[in-house]
Amino acid sequence: MSRPVRFNTTPIEAHLKEAPSVGEAPDGYAGEGFFTSKLSDVVGLARKNSLWPLPFATSCCGIEFMATMASHYDLARFGAERVGFSPRQCDLLMVMGTISKKMGPVLRQVYLQMAEPRWVISVGACACSGGIFDTYSVLQGIDQIIPVDVYVPGCPPRPEAILDGFMKIQDLVGQESIRRRNSDQYKALMNSYGIE
Amino acid sequence: MTEHHQHHIKLPEGSIEKQTTTLNVGPTHPATHGVFQNIMELDGERIVSTEQTVGYIHRAFEKLSERRPLYQITPITDRLNYCSSPINNMGWHLTCEKLLGVQTPKRVDYLRIIIMELARISDHLICNSIMGVDTGAYTGFMYIMQFRELIYEIYEEICGSRLTTNIGRIGGFERNFTNKAFTKLEKFLKEYPAALRELENLFTRNRIFMDRTIGAGPISAERALNYGFTGPNLRAAGVDYDVRVHSPYSSYEDFDFKVPVGTTGDSYDRFLVRNGEMWESLNILNQAYRKVQEFKGTEADVYHADVPEYYLPKKEDVYTKMEALIWHFKIIMGEIDMPKGEVYHSVEGGNGELGFYLISDGGRTPFRLHFRRPSFIYYQAFPELVTGGMLSDAIVVMSSLNLIAGELDA
Amino acid sequence: MALTNEHVQLRLTEKFGELVSDFETTYGMLDFEAPKEQNLKVLQFLYDEADLNFQFMTDLTAVNYPDKIGRELAVVYHLHNLQDNLRIRFKVFTSIENTDVFTACKLFSAANWMERETYDFFGVNFVGHPNLIRILNVDEMDYFPMRKEYPLEDQTRVDKDDEMFGRG
Repeated sequence: MSRPVRFNTTPIEAHLKEAPSVGEAPDGYAGEGFFTSKLSDVVGLARKNSLWPLPFATSCCGIEFMATMASHYDLARFGAERVGFSPRQCDLLMVMGTISKKMGPVLRQVYLQMAEPRWVISVGACACSGGIFDTYSVLQGIDQIIPVDVYVPGCPPRPEAILDGFMKIQDLVGQESIRRRNSDQYKALMNSYGIE
Repeated sequence: MTEHHQHHIKLPEGSIEKQTTTLNVGPTHPATHGVFQNIMELDGERIVSTEQTVGYIHRAFEKLSERRPLYQITPITDRLNYCSSPINNMGWHLTCEKLLGVQTPKRVDYLRIIIMELARISDHLICNSIMGVDTGAYTGFMYIMQFRELIYEIYEEICGSRLTTNIGRIGGFERNFTNKAFTKLEKFLKEYPAALRELENLFTRNRIFMDRTIGAGPISAERALNYGFTGPNLRAAGVDYDVRVHSPYSSYEDFDFKVPVGTTGDSYDRFLVRNGEMWESLNILNQAYRKVQEFKGTEADVYHADVPEYYLPKKEDVYTKMEALIWHFKIIMGEIDMPKGEVYHSVEGGNGELGFYLISDGGRTPFRLHFRRPSFIYYQAFPELVTGGMLSDAIVVMSSLNLIAGELDA
Repeated sequence: MALTNEHVQLRLTEKFGELVSDFETTYGMLDFEAPKEQNLKVLQFLYDEADLNFQFMTDLTAVNYPDKIGRELAVVYHLHNLQDNLRIRFKVFTSIENTDVFTACKLFSAANWMERETYDFFGVNFVGHPNLIRILNVDEMDYFPMRKEYPLEDQTRVDKDDEMFGRG
């Protein structure tokens, strides 16, 4: 039995003032046919709304990520439509789940293969700090081997929490200075992890 | 230490290539659900030999359980097969109740069955829809995750958590099911059959899906039994061994359900067996719901057995009665000693017979706890299933086996 | 006539006499032990005999009893007769200095990884196993973690504050 078809013959006027889909434009000076702004603002706006995540899902948090990506708590509306599994093509490494000592070198290699600019979000208690597994085989937090930008606690965190963490990454991406990746502070951070 | 894996095996005369190509599938690979690695030797697309490496998410559950009293081990059992955590929790509680000699009332058994069958549906839904994703069909996954959200809402109403539920206590449940939980269950029972039918229509007679899965990774019943297969993978090979029927626990003998069985044991049969099991779980859920509704009056308030050593007393009693205060203190501080004994109990998990072997020496924590994990045992058979076939068939076989990394490594 | 624990015990003592011992029935399951040299013979007997028919290996694991000198490690086999629905538990004790036990791989393919896991955790050396290397832990690990003498936590951590954990 086919579903009844509905035609939108009487569309409602869109209330643009309350609609959340119209975002804030960055600070700038507008004129007839042109708009000037800071380069980092424009680049940040473009980057933050089109992040390509790499879901490094190892365990239970991975299933919550699948729920986040599904239609109920859609991650795609934040611009993360295309999840990729190749580190060469992705911006955001989402580490979800326990990382054991056997998996540590694998994670580090995946991180090293990513191109700048790259961000890391650590989802779940196990990735942030080892979680409930204070054992001989679990790495007590991925920040022992790679630098992390945002930590999302929870065991597992609700999809809303993962989305909140993702929005914080978007804030970081939008406000990042153009010169950050070449600065001395960043080089020192990378050296402290043994990454050139 | 023997050299077990040969790379670049010389191919016989007359082959196109002189030696095999070594391909590393995993541990980070979209097709492996969880982290495990297969090193495959390929002759073109055909697999000559393969070897697996597991242990990338070994979290030392068994050593961890030697440190925790019985009720603190439930959150660890959650993380075994995390797609259907309530079954692991219930299985562990049944093991503890067997050790302690506790008999749970019927209403508790029926409520447990409701939770376990919901978890089984949740597990099989992931497996079947991800089989679709691995063969290139995202639609089924997207449509059916909506109904897994309904199941998560039911768990949330009862225990507060969605995925790693820690649901129930030794002796029953922590709180009675509210009317809202039953309303949500009714909504699920009404809306889900149509969705399952839609998922079936997308895959079961789909030409492309059938061509990809029929003949991929068959196994005979004798080999499957020798490898220790249990659960849907064994039933797809033709053996109707289901722990719920063979050694009924939690009043499963009061329910009338069939056990779907396949013939060749290939990926298509595994898909169909899981699909059939979801229909049977729905059948059991309807029966259980009706049976629970028949309890009226004070019987409808029963939600746990009387286990004062392990079940926290009501807060009103703790503040007013002396004995309840003493039990509360002893349980929270972990001063309770277990009876001595050795017990093995198993339940039908989403992947097969999930067993708990508990040795207690009379202390407050187990002397030894071993989990008999079905995924670990049947993943051994993977080389036999895929050797001689194509690489893309190996991917389909991996996803049809329903390997959960948490259960594989523990 | 359904198979019972008493019948299994009778057949085992008929065939093996004094070698099988320590018969107990805990929570409905028969539990017995045999010397480690006889483990394959007992398993083969339980597998082949038509009225015993224990052809499914449910589980294989080990237990470390540090107090039983000379018998510190017990390898535990759980077997299941699917037709008559009977389970038994069979234990084989070995000392911690010489941990050689014959492998059950040729009889049950399921024993392959289960024995590797037992070797990884306890150090039981299964003689005749095709590939006895570590399976769950890192390959470079040089001790057997599930033995009671070794602690749970990683001892090389520097960031734990002992005062806060009550160990200071």
